[in-house]
This record gives sequence, structure tokens and C-alpha cells, in this order.
Amino acid sequence: MTHWLIVPIILPAILAPFIVLAARYHIGIQRVFSLVGVSAQIVLGLALMWQASDGTVMIYQLGDWAAPFGIILVGDRLSTMMVLLTAVLALLVMLYTIGSRWDERGRHFHALFQFQLMGIMGAFLTGDIFNLFVFFEVLLIASYGLMIHGGGNARLRAGTQYVLFNLVGSTLFLFALGAIYAETGTLNMADLAMRVQMVSPDATVGIRLAAVLLLLVFAIKAAIVPLHVWLPSSYAEAPGPVAALFAIMTKVGAYAIIRVYTLIFPPDHGPTAGMHDYWLMVAALATVALGMIGVLAAKKLDRMVAFAVIGSMGMVMLAISLFTPQGIAAALYYMVHSTLAAASLFLIVDMVKDSRANLRLQATWPVAGAVPTAALFFMAAIAMAGLPPLSGFLGKLLILDASFGNGSVVWIWSFVLIGSLISVVAFGRAGSTLFWKARSIRMPEDVDPGPAPSTLSYVAVGGLLGLLIAHTVFAGPVTAYTTSIAEQLFAPDAYITNVLETPGKLSTPADGGGH
Amino acid sequence: MMLSLELLVASAIGILTAGGIYLLLRLRTFPVIMGVSLLTYAVNIFLFSSGRLTVGAPPILNDSATLYADPLPQALVLTAIVISFGMTAVIVMMALGSYLGNNTDLVNDPLVDDDDDDDASVGNAGDVTPQEGRP
Repeated sequence: MTHWLIVPIILPAILAPFIVLAARYHIGIQRVFSLVGVSAQIVLGLALMWQASDGTVMIYQLGDWAAPFGIILVGDRLSTMMVLLTAVLALLVMLYTIGSRWDERGRHFHALFQFQLMGIMGAFLTGDIFNLFVFFEVLLIASYGLMIHGGGNARLRAGTQYVLFNLVGSTLFLFALGAIYAETGTLNMADLAMRVQMVSPDATVGIRLAAVLLLLVFAIKAAIVPLHVWLPSSYAEAPGPVAALFAIMTKVGAYAIIRVYTLIFPPDHGPTAGMHDYWLMVAALATVALGMIGVLAAKKLDRMVAFAVIGSMGMVMLAISLFTPQGIAAALYYMVHSTLAAASLFLIVDMVKDSRANLRLQATWPVAGAVPTAALFFMAAIAMAGLPPLSGFLGKLLILDASFGNGSVVWIWSFVLIGSLISVVAFGRAGSTLFWKARSIRMPEDVDPGPAPSTLSYVAVGGLLGLLIAHTVFAGPVTAYTTSIAEQLFAPDAYITNVLETPGKLSTPADGGGH
Repeated sequence: MMLSLELLVASAIGILTAGGIYLLLRLRTFPVIMGVSLLTYAVNIFLFSSGRLTVGAPPILNDSATLYADPLPQALVLTAIVISFGMTAVIVMMALGSYLGNNTDLVNDPLVDDDDDDDASVGNAGDVTPQEGRP
């Protein structure tokens, strides 16, 4: 057993207190440590993904305690891919933060950023559902601090709402965990997968309740209608780079749904049948519709992007709710795309915000650095709206293709296609108002639009868009890989046996079970 | 026995949850924070009882034990208490800051904020006329 699997969690957990305690007053040193940390995460992510790519399920037993008793971390194809995606996103967001000097507008940005990464990495790697709760809390607590970074009344108000909503979500999570433990007596995911099948058919009330509560909790995280209400305000009011990092947070919810509802409550599991493919699909369709209507109706650019995030989460959920290997593969492809596209849009919004009085979709004089910003917005909008040639188009195509054979194929096609049309119109209107019409408005002499965004900021956004282009060009290998991930998810026996049968302390009663 | 342990614990969870949800729906920061606190109390008792209720049994399993209390839920409750305690402190500070800065303690989105600049409108909307007539 090697220790590499826990390093993505340990590394930020060490870096963050170091930044707070030792480098408190030296923003330069904080930046260096932050950058080194996230770069190391990318190397780790690549190495772990390469290790998992042949189908091995890596196990790390904390304290060498055997599986159902000890806490374990599990790295399979899905979780290592999410670790790599988080690390790459974190590096580019960190570059933008430094380029735009957001980290100087308040204290402890870098430490909170590292704690946030710790929570996200932990949520992806844990194999224990109570630890999933703990890592959710870690990432939420860090996100509360990041959300109100820089202060301001509107931000504090949105932050209060965000924290309260998530506190209720955490309470629901605990209710779900209590119900699961009362019914099965275990919290290890692999062990749960075995025990849930053993619940006798005439006493399934508790386990069904737990399954629904868990779905609600993850739906809050993933911002699925009707539990999306926290997202628009908090993402719009959060600092630009923080909102960009939050693009991965909704995906944590989607990841948890994929993990729990393929491993513990698979679609063919009798008592919970119908929940995924029926209820989740209806909610996903409503999410797509509401997101796209919100994109069209938003009066401000930041809200518009926030609703685009909701819409793209609806798209991801739609593909997940098919619960076929093809659907999950399409969902994973779209998840990567949507994370990168949403992050780049939030960063572009932040670039625009700096030299405008507000973000209302009205033409004023051109923003500082209008030409490159407009070009980046054009590309990111194409990606988000799902126009060819970028990966949004391919992702939607994969989802539409995966929906053949499903009973609701007509609904899926009409919602996705009409939704895409609406978002094309909305993004086109926003872009032409903000950048094109602005060209015809003379700037008053007494107004200083401020400096253009720094080169580093453009490098960060350009990097995200470059990754989107790579995601499009290498769509063949990427979909092949997401298909292999989906196959691994739908054949969980290797995962379960590997977790439960890896020897550790307490695993062999023969050699000294009784003391 | 008329009042069993199970009935007492179950009704305590139920009453706390009902009160918590009622307070959550008040949509003002102080009642909502109280509601969240009540809900966390309820969930703590719920977690505690998820290992079955036993009286006077040790939380240790050994060869001679015939009855033992499940120690795991107690560890879980401890984690949950620490997290909810810390979070309550954080949210009280944030809610205070938001109230003092915005002059309103409503937790839902302001109804009008597109007409004025962000900072000015949020403050004025709340303190003069609260949107709903609350006692």
C-alpha cells in the first residue's frame, strides 16, 4: 500500500495552516506556496489517474484498519479524473486571482483556497459516506469564507443566505446518514452496497427514506430545481475567481449522485426503483428549462452566467438520470466541459466588472481591454450555449445520442434543443450589448475606465478556453475514457471486493480476535 | 409502561424538527438561526438513537457482554455537534454583519435591486417598509 492516494488531501491540509501561521503578512510567499501546492496537485492527479486508468481500484486504509471498521479512501477511474479536473481548475483560478490581485482585497484568501481544495479532493476520494459529510463540511466552511472575501453589503447578504441554506442541507445529510446507519449498521460505501441488498423486502421504509433524503442533499449541492434557489445570488455576488472555483462545487453534488446511485442504490435495486429515472429526470428537465429561462430573463451579466450554470447542471443531471453506461459517459464528458466553460465565464464577468459601474445588460462605453475580453467572451459563450465547434455542442450531442431508447426521448430532445436555442439568443444579446453596441458610445472625458485586466488574467482565461478546445479536439479519447469510467461504475464488484477484502487490522478474526 | 423511552425520544425529535422548520420559514435571520439550531438538536438526538436505545449498557463489546451500546453513533454525534456549534457561531457573525450593513434581516433575495446601484438599494428596500407585515 502506498500513501499517494491521501496526498491530495494532506498537502492542502498542511499548506493552509502554514500559510496562515508562517506567511501571514507576506502575500508573495502565500502566492508561491499556493501555486506550488496546486501544481503539485496536478502532478498527483495525473499520476493517480494514470494508475487508475487500467481499471485498478486503489485503496488507502487510514491507520491500517480494515475496511468496514476503519476509514478508507478509494481511487478509481471516476474519482481520480475528478481530482485532476479540480487541480487543473484550481491552478488556472489561482493564476487569475494573482493576476487580478483579488487575494489582496481581504485576508486569508490562499489559506481558505487550500482548505477548499482539501474538502473537494476528500469528497472525491473518500469511500465512507460519513466522511463524505465531513469533507462536504470542510469544503463548505472554506467556501463560506471565500464567498464573503473582500466584504461588501450585498456580498454579506448573499453569503448569509448561502450559509443558512447549506446549514439546512447539512442537517438533512445527517438525517439521511442516521437513517442509513439505523437500517444497515454501516457507513462504508462498499459495505452499504452489500447490506442494502440484504434489507428484507417488507421492511424497506427506512432505507427508501434514506435514499430520498440523500438524493435531496446531493440535489441541493448540484442545484437541481427546486433546490437551486441558493445558487444565483451566491454565485453572482461571490468574488469572480471564487465563483469560478465554485464551478466544481456543483459537480461534487453530481459526482455524489453518480457514486451513491450506481454503487449503493443501483437503478435495478427494487425498493428505490423509479426514483432515479423518473423523479430525477423530471427535476433535470425542469432544471434545464429554468436555467435557460433565467439566462434569457437575467438583467445582469453575473446572474445570467449563474443561471447558465443551473442550466448546464440540468443537462448533466439529464444524462445521469438515464442511468445507462452511455448516459453516464455523456454526463461525465459534459461535466468536464461545463466546469471549464462556467469558470471561464465567471472570470470574464469579473474582467468586465472591474471597469463598469454595474453589470446590467445595457450598453455603456467600452470596458478596458474590450477587444480581447470580447473575443474570450465570444468563445466561452459559444462553448456554454453549445454551438459548434466547441465541446458544449459535442457534449449535448452525446447526451441526445444516449437518450435514444429511453421512454422520454421526445421530452429530452425538445428541452435540450429549445433550451440551447434560448441560451444562444441570450448570450448573443448579452455579448452584442456589452461589447458591440458599446463601440458606438463615446466615453465621457471625466470617466476613467481603469486599467485593462492584466496579462496573467488573460493567460488564466485563455488557459481554460484552451482546455475547452483540447476537450473538443480530443473528444474521441476523452469519451473512450469516460465510457470506461461508466463501465467500471456499472460493474462495482471489483470496487466492493477490493475495499472489503484488502487485509488490515481487525480483518482476520483467526489471529487473535478475542483479547 | 405508558411512556416508553422510544416514545419520549421520538416525540422529542419530532417536536424539535417541527419547531425548527416553523422557525426556518420565518425568513428573518434570528428566527432562522434559532430554527437551524433546533434542527441540529433534533438531528443529534436522531443520530444518537440510530444505534438503538439501550439503558445502562457499556459502549464496549467483549466476549462476556450480552448487551452493549453502539459506540459509533456517539462518535458521529460528537462530530456533528462540533460542526454545528462552529457553524452557528459563524452564521451569527455573518448575519449580524449583514444586518448592520444592509439594515434588513430578511434572508430572501431583495425584491428590487435592479433599479439602483447595488449598495444603495439593498439598504433602503428593507428598513423603511418590510415587504411583509410581520408582528
